[in-house]
Amino acid sequence: MAAPDALRATFFEECEDLLSRLSEGLDQMAKTGTTPDIETLHAVFRAVHSIKGGAAAFGLTALVEFAHVFETVLDLMRAGALPLSAPAVQTMVRASDVLSDLVAAAQDGGSDPPQMAALFLELDLLAEQGPSADETEDTFDFQPLPILIPESDAIDTPAPPAEAAFVITLAPLAELYAHGHEPGALLRALARLGRAELTADIDAIPPLADLVLSRPHLRWRMRLSTAVPREDIDSVFDFVGEDAEVSVTCLPAELPTLAEKQPRPPQLAPALPLRPVPDLGGTVASLPMSTTIRVDLDRVDRLINQIGELVILEAVLAQAVSNAGLRDDSDLATSLAGIRQLAASIQESVLSIRAQPLKPVFQRMQRIAREACDATGKQVRLVMIGDTTEVDKTVIERLADPLTHMIRNSVDHGIEPPAQRAALGKPPTGVITLSAAHRSGRVIIELSDDGGGIDRARVRAIAETRGLVTPEAVMTPADIDNLLFLPGFSSKEEASALSGRGVGLDVVRREIQSLGGRVTLQSSPCQGTTFTIALPLTLAVLDGMLISVGRETMVLPLSAIVETIRPSSAQIHLLGQTGRLVANRGELVPIIDLAECFGFAPIDDMDRSVLIMVESDSGRRAALAATSIHDQRQVVIKSLEQNYGTVHGIAAATILGDGRIALIIDPEEILRTTAVDPPAPFPSAPRLSAHG
Amino acid sequence: MRQMMLQNTADQNDVVALRIGDQDYCIDIDVVREIRGWSPTTVLPHAPAHVTGVINLRGAVVAVVDLAARLGLGKTTATPRHVIVIVAFGAQTVGLLADVVSDILGVDDAAMQPVPDLAADGMRAFITNVIPLEDGRMLRKLDLSKVLPNRSAEGA
Repeated sequence: MAAPDALRATFFEECEDLLSRLSEGLDQMAKTGTTPDIETLHAVFRAVHSIKGGAAAFGLTALVEFAHVFETVLDLMRAGALPLSAPAVQTMVRASDVLSDLVAAAQDGGSDPPQMAALFLELDLLAEQGPSADETEDTFDFQPLPILIPESDAIDTPAPPAEAAFVITLAPLAELYAHGHEPGALLRALARLGRAELTADIDAIPPLADLVLSRPHLRWRMRLSTAVPREDIDSVFDFVGEDAEVSVTCLPAELPTLAEKQPRPPQLAPALPLRPVPDLGGTVASLPMSTTIRVDLDRVDRLINQIGELVILEAVLAQAVSNAGLRDDSDLATSLAGIRQLAASIQESVLSIRAQPLKPVFQRMQRIAREACDATGKQVRLVMIGDTTEVDKTVIERLADPLTHMIRNSVDHGIEPPAQRAALGKPPTGVITLSAAHRSGRVIIELSDDGGGIDRARVRAIAETRGLVTPEAVMTPADIDNLLFLPGFSSKEEASALSGRGVGLDVVRREIQSLGGRVTLQSSPCQGTTFTIALPLTLAVLDGMLISVGRETMVLPLSAIVETIRPSSAQIHLLGQTGRLVANRGELVPIIDLAECFGFAPIDDMDRSVLIMVESDSGRRAALAATSIHDQRQVVIKSLEQNYGTVHGIAAATILGDGRIALIIDPEEILRTTAVDPPAPFPSAPRLSAHG
Repeated sequence: MRQMMLQNTADQNDVVALRIGDQDYCIDIDVVREIRGWSPTTVLPHAPAHVTGVINLRGAVVAVVDLAARLGLGKTTATPRHVIVIVAFGAQTVGLLADVVSDILGVDDAAMQPVPDLAADGMRAFITNVIPLEDGRMLRKLDLSKVLPNRSAEGA
């Protein structure tokens, strides 16, 4: 038995999943409008129900009560007794916010969210529109709410399916009892499915002298007439497994059932004073099989490193075999090739464990945007693109705070109030687009709004009054935009409750920096602002091109490469003393000698080198000169920062098949810095200095 | 000397003695994770002269510091006979390139002497103590916080 604390932790972890499923479902419902997909409604109901069930086990009363009311509404909708209207969905969306607040409060010991009382009322009002409101008001218990549709309303519902008769035998083995099951509970659960007739089979009980006390001898035989499908009967035995011999036989329908001739057993379910097994049949059958397990991150990391070692050892072994002069088709060589393939595929699978889609974080942003709208009276639609982009789990966790700040900032400062938008001929509802994609071995997250853009004159004026810049300073529009990232800058004159004073973009930038990323912004008046976050994928895999720079093997991310050319001397032109350009497809592109860039001996003879055309995020092109190109392959990204620090022009490192380390080039940084100023001397400047 | 190692008491510290050039140095044994033979390193661009490059230590990228170069004794031309002492210092794992690991010794706290003023200033920065040995040699205790690449200066 795990410690209660561990169980509690598991419950909260599960809550996180369930809440995310809930918000996903509600999103879906908001989109489909009044004709909900019944499966979605079921999924939403199950999420709330499971939270309630778990919360009850830990005695979290407030959470249980709220979840119960929420569940009541959902159950009515599920039964078709309550219409699904847009306002109802809105209420439920807000209820899901309160629910997640309650979960957080239960976890951290905080106080109940302030909106809880209001939503209690809203949900109650909603539930009263359904027919069974009275029952739900009075009977507050943990039983799943039966769908109580009065008999007179039954005209609307389809005729119940014909009853079928089943003969069910249950012969418990010793394990059933050892595992804490109770045959009585199983039988009662069955009895609640329909009319049941139960007989105990005592034939197997031996004479007293031969009785083995540790072995069960009692068996039961039940005849059940029920309208529920066969699966529901089977599901009662879901947890029994191999612990009992169970048989369920469906009797042919035309046979007269014994039960008909005998007095009907009393309505078993409501009348019998049985402790109800909480909703075992229904929920268990409908819940999809859980396909995830929770694993400590350290264990995954250890596995990743061990597999890395395996791959390297395999390469060493292959070298030894080839040194021994064995033929390629020898048994040893073929087996080794098999191991190589296997090791590579294990490596790939293991690496994918750590990467997680951005979806949960993105989904949380829906709520942030909604709350920001409520607080500011603005109308905003949040569009999410690429939320399946996978990023290392640690990066995802630390993204939530900066993204929250940025969404609030966009709603508060970016999007105009509806009236002003209307005056400008824009639709009253603003659009904020949150997108993610992999590019050049980094994750690029863009947050753009279609608001008014940055009011540069005002930004400058504020910066001057705050003493951040002198009135004489000559500043480009981009320089002014970057003032927003300065600590203590808050462009709202009055401290807004939402963004707060001084807590904003400087914090965002610091947090992104601490993740080894950078944040930039572009803004155009009246059209909006785009923030771009570029994050490293510390533990991801990258498609790269292996190249030689001087005597070193390096990796260039494939995503940045446009094409490779072998230039003729006629194509290369000198510009000034050292500048060189290459004419390619009618365009003159600057050449950057990678060897020179990294402080190795520069290439003298450009037409003996290979030029790799790369393009930056901002669309700038350059030709990187390398000594030669080897091949393309997937490489594992290893952090260089962990044990050393950042190196200018290098994104990360990787380990080659022979166990040696190759550095992964950051073409983005090389392009950015070589054009603006010469490569920074060692020690390299912090990555973000260019924006400061 | 062997006896010293065995008679390790409370006020004794075990140190790993290294030979760099023709001088004897030592570091606390607590920080030493493993000692491995030299393997070729991958050159780091823009790295200071005493950082020979990075190696793969079971999947982790570890920088190798050439102690001789760091201490101003001239750059080492590494061969497979050289050793890399892997040390964990703070959150950082770093390899130290040395000629040879000569011994593991127990050193009395009392035997630790302050660095004499005479020592060249450049060298003094990297040494916390000197320890005279019975056989006439002298151990110089390295200050790893000074020897290792400074992350705050070199990294962001």
